[in-house]
Amino acid sequence: MATDIAGKHPHAVVAPDAWRAAAEFLRDDPELKFDYLRAVSGVDYPKESKLVSVYDLISTAYRHTFAVKVETPRENPHIPSVAGVWPTAEWHEREAYDLLGIVYDGHPNLTRILLPEDWQGHPLRKDYVFPKEYNGIPCASTVNP
Amino acid sequence: MREHGQPITTPGLVIPDPVNYDIGREKVVETDSDLRTEEMLINMGPQHPSTHGVLRVMLRTDGELILEATPHIGYLHRCAEKIGENVQYHQFVPYTDRFDYLAAMNNNLAYAMAVEKLAGIEAPKRAQYIRVIVAELNRIASHLVMFGTYGLDMGAFTPFIYGFRERELILDLFEAACGARLTYSYVTIGGVREDLPEGWVRKAGEFLDYFQPKIKEYNDLLSYNQIFIKRTANVGVIPADRAIAYGLSGPVLRGSGVKWDLRKATPDLVYDQLEFDICVGEGRMGQVGDSWDRYFVRILEMVQSARIVRQALAKLPSGDYRAKVPRLLKPPPGEVYYETENPRGQLGFYIVSDGSPVPYRLKARGPSFCNLSILNEVAKDCLLGDIPAILGSIDVVMGEVDR
Repeated sequence: MATDIAGKHPHAVVAPDAWRAAAEFLRDDPELKFDYLRAVSGVDYPKESKLVSVYDLISTAYRHTFAVKVETPRENPHIPSVAGVWPTAEWHEREAYDLLGIVYDGHPNLTRILLPEDWQGHPLRKDYVFPKEYNGIPCASTVNP
Repeated sequence: MREHGQPITTPGLVIPDPVNYDIGREKVVETDSDLRTEEMLINMGPQHPSTHGVLRVMLRTDGELILEATPHIGYLHRCAEKIGENVQYHQFVPYTDRFDYLAAMNNNLAYAMAVEKLAGIEAPKRAQYIRVIVAELNRIASHLVMFGTYGLDMGAFTPFIYGFRERELILDLFEAACGARLTYSYVTIGGVREDLPEGWVRKAGEFLDYFQPKIKEYNDLLSYNQIFIKRTANVGVIPADRAIAYGLSGPVLRGSGVKWDLRKATPDLVYDQLEFDICVGEGRMGQVGDSWDRYFVRILEMVQSARIVRQALAKLPSGDYRAKVPRLLKPPPGEVYYETENPRGQLGFYIVSDGSPVPYRLKARGPSFCNLSILNEVAKDCLLGDIPAILGSIDVVMGEVDR
């Protein structure tokens, strides 16, 4: 969809529908060989009404790096999971789901990972409101406002 | 109902005659059907000596055999990334100390380098050398803790005392440089916070003279100990391709025989001007990528780190220890992903700036987080008693897993 090669973080923007095939291409193409997924970072852009999943890649064979951004609407965020392409993504996608609420379709076990299972909301969204209490435990912001 | 004092009798149970009972003679017991065992769920942690922090592992077992090991993490989650979005760039440095609290220098370094790349700042040469020196000393200190606690996990107490004896001297050096013994915040954006005090370089050299012969002691005590080898060799083997697929890094990746070290692959600071080797697992006691290999890579890396520190001390130039960085740092809008080689693997920061003094998004990729994610695959079909050997050899720091 769009690329930024000149900046400090060279990346391409890929549509969610094409992401799974693109991921397999990036991993298997003999001239790219991006066999190592370094991180999956979710970012919330409420002004543009989108959530972005950023995949940072490196090739252990060629030592070159690249990143892919997959954008999804904020109201109904769905991105195909690449846990089957890079197993690293399994935990990273769970983290992005937990903290930003991005739903990764086809993920083997998309559950919260850092927060308790019964936590409400996704804290890294920009419009997140801190809860007053959690299961009867007052939260810090209300104890010492 | 059984009356009081009456012996318990079970129909069909034959109590062997204690006099004529053949102890030690093996008998084949014939049964109609195979012995049926029930699957059992065992909850390991969150408070368990070998989890090195608060980690809960749900183990599904069939007898002694592990069918599934599911780590449950998050007990130490302190919302580091959310805090990052609410404090200024300089203010986040102390929070990085609390990621991998055994290697705070390296955490500071990774964060400082990421912000420097984002803001286009370059640290002076002297600062770069000081950074290499403290980062490698911290690597030694961190590996010494692993050496000690891994001994504890395997039932040996002495290595712990030996490891902490030497680590104490490194902490003394750090205390002299920055005043802190655990959470340093010494490496900051643009350089280091203060210059090294007078006589520090000589003291660091003396430490190396004392430390380098100690490696042999560690090997005699633990590495080549038969009991230790029996417990770790061929246990928890990670093949090289799985290690890369799971994004493992640091000694866990190199233990599988993968020659990959960011200090060589994408050299930053002055690592390209210093001589050192990448240490990999060779399967000397068993298969390549077993727990012993992962352990021994760390011992070898301590030798290499000492070598690096010695060269850097000799080459240490004079000059500024810190670049001029505005107190209210406002990096231009943009984003950066930067990784450095920590003792436990690659610590990465993804920072998005919108031009304001506060990061728009600050994501940390902790090496322990990725390293722990392979646990289920490694622990499958291992014995219950091997779990401490595997967990200890992966050497996670929960402060970094949960952040």
